[in-house]
Amino acid sequence: MVDVHLDPDVLSGLQEVMEGEYPKLLETFLDDSQKRIEALRTARDDAKALGKIAHSFKGSSGNLGAVRLAQLCERLELESGEPTANLEALVDQIDHEFAVVKPLYESERQRFQV
Amino acid sequence: MSALAPAHEALTILIADDSATDLLLLSTIVRRQGHQVLTAANGREAVEVFTRARPQLVLMDALMPVMDGFEAARWIKQLSGEALVPIIFLTSLTDSADLAECLDAGGDDFLAKPYNPLLLAAKINAMDRLRRLQATVLQQRDLIAKHNDYLLHEQRVAKAVFDKVAHSGCINAAPNIRYLQSPYALFNGDLLLAAYTPSGDMHVLLGDFTGHGLPAAVGAMPLAEVFYGMTAKGYGLTQILREMNAKLKRILPVDMFCCATLLCLSTDRRVVEVWNGGMPEGYVLEVTTGKRTPLASRHLPLGVLSAELFDDRTEVWPVALGDRVFLLSDGVLETADANDRLFGVERLQQVFDTNREPDRLFDDIEQALVAFRGEARDDVSMVEITLRSGLATRATGPLYADSGQSCPRDWSVNFEFRAETLKRYNPLPYLLQLLLEIHGLRAQSGALYSVMAELYSNALEHGVLGLDSLLKRDAQGFAEYYRQRNERLAQLDSGYVRVQVQVVPNGAGGTMTLRIEDSGPGFDVEKVLAQPMDIDRLSGRGLGLVRQLSRDIRWSDGGRCVCVEFSWEALA
Repeated sequence: MVDVHLDPDVLSGLQEVMEGEYPKLLETFLDDSQKRIEALRTARDDAKALGKIAHSFKGSSGNLGAVRLAQLCERLELESGEPTANLEALVDQIDHEFAVVKPLYESERQRFQV
Repeated sequence: MSALAPAHEALTILIADDSATDLLLLSTIVRRQGHQVLTAANGREAVEVFTRARPQLVLMDALMPVMDGFEAARWIKQLSGEALVPIIFLTSLTDSADLAECLDAGGDDFLAKPYNPLLLAAKINAMDRLRRLQATVLQQRDLIAKHNDYLLHEQRVAKAVFDKVAHSGCINAAPNIRYLQSPYALFNGDLLLAAYTPSGDMHVLLGDFTGHGLPAAVGAMPLAEVFYGMTAKGYGLTQILREMNAKLKRILPVDMFCCATLLCLSTDRRVVEVWNGGMPEGYVLEVTTGKRTPLASRHLPLGVLSAELFDDRTEVWPVALGDRVFLLSDGVLETADANDRLFGVERLQQVFDTNREPDRLFDDIEQALVAFRGEARDDVSMVEITLRSGLATRATGPLYADSGQSCPRDWSVNFEFRAETLKRYNPLPYLLQLLLEIHGLRAQSGALYSVMAELYSNALEHGVLGLDSLLKRDAQGFAEYYRQRNERLAQLDSGYVRVQVQVVPNGAGGTMTLRIEDSGPGFDVEKVLAQPMDIDRLSGRGLGLVRQLSRDIRWSDGGRCVCVEFSWEALA
């Protein structure tokens, strides 16, 4: 389970719900996520800010079926409250995971682009 | 999918979420369910959009920049006032304290991320049902309030009209009447009337209609008209009761009637005559002994029985100066405490027993009711009439519209009332109306009526029925006297009372001679007239009164015939 980057069932569900808006949703998610990744980098030393961004990011990546990304965000959200946690390492992992899923979403978008 | 089908009617739904992805996803789902969507990227925007567009339902992310969902929810709940605008929090929060905060802020439900379109549709539909229920409740509440206002307005108008009718009597003017009644007692069905008869007696009616509100008040109108009209014309209790009963029987629906106590209190004759149909026991309170004589209900209420079955028999009790007659409505006895126990007769009796100051009786009863129930009721009616000496106020009589030019000046008339008539007909009101055709006598109508009533009842009771006035020496004999009177009257098959009126002009004034003759054995005039006045008061023939009121009185034919004269001068 930990190795699941993208849940194909969620994607087909979204495709059904969004119909023609599906590629736009993927594009919005990519833009949105890009901003959050940058925000996480900027907030590296601010545990509270990291927690908030992670909370939001967790929600949207969960909605889009980015299972591992959502899990990492949840860990960051939880551990942002613990003083001893190594948040920097987690931010790096999130960064890395997004780099993994980004091309997957892009190719998915390509498939549906008219 | 059926859950994605539109709800009953398309709603305008505001979605507030700072995540563009979630916002796009959710608005697409909601739009596909048939609703119109407004969006906001933070709490402040959400409040702005709400204020401008008044959506019917809000989907609100909890954590947002600028203004979070909690604060935005508080604003929106405040702005929507009494209407229910359901707020569903969109949250990936799992901590129960956080979820509780959503509810505290006015949230009505949650939707967890990731979104499930089926669940979302079901929640929107459920919230819409609640929203419409609340709208219906508010609408009906406003409708009820409107109807209530309308009803109160009607009652005010009805009360204003009724007060004109009801207060034409002496209830507020008589110094010897005390009463306690809610200003809107009429709409509880309670009715209190009082008026003087032409002879200065006082008639009092305490009634209690079944039912409440306008229906009860409607029946009170004709009852009051009959009461005042017939009392002013000199009719006795039995005639008034018969008329009231017949009228109510005719106009009221079957399930409506009027419990009532009607009484006639006579200062001149020192008696109280009572008819009680369905009201709680009233009392005669003797001032010297503290004794309480109950005035119990002996009859069905007014408006129940047909004229043939109606029982107009009254009870007569002697009263002394200072004695009080006390009547009450069932609101007093039926006052209930927190455990639904009733106040009841025994507790009332205790109040009577502990009452030291007769003038504070009402206050004592009220206090006892408040102590018993914890609060006052507004459907309690009480009235107390004290027998006082002094010249009785008499009915002023109707206002006459004629000028006096057509007044008859020189005439006579003879009546003979025989057994079958004496049994059931009271000729006095008719005779009084006849005599009041004479302008010059109108100023003396009270005295004239008193004398005529006294002499007529002497002729009937002592003459035709042969009753012994000595019976009336004590209270027991008193009751016996009236029992015998009713019995003998019912069995009467012969005898007569003759009435002759003769009017002779004398200059611009004139003289009226009233002669009353009966078929009885007569009596020893010399002996009766020699009795001291105070004995005469209770047991005699009321002659002291007659001698006070008329200029000239003569007996002839061994006491079987009596003659009085009334004179008048030229009218100013």
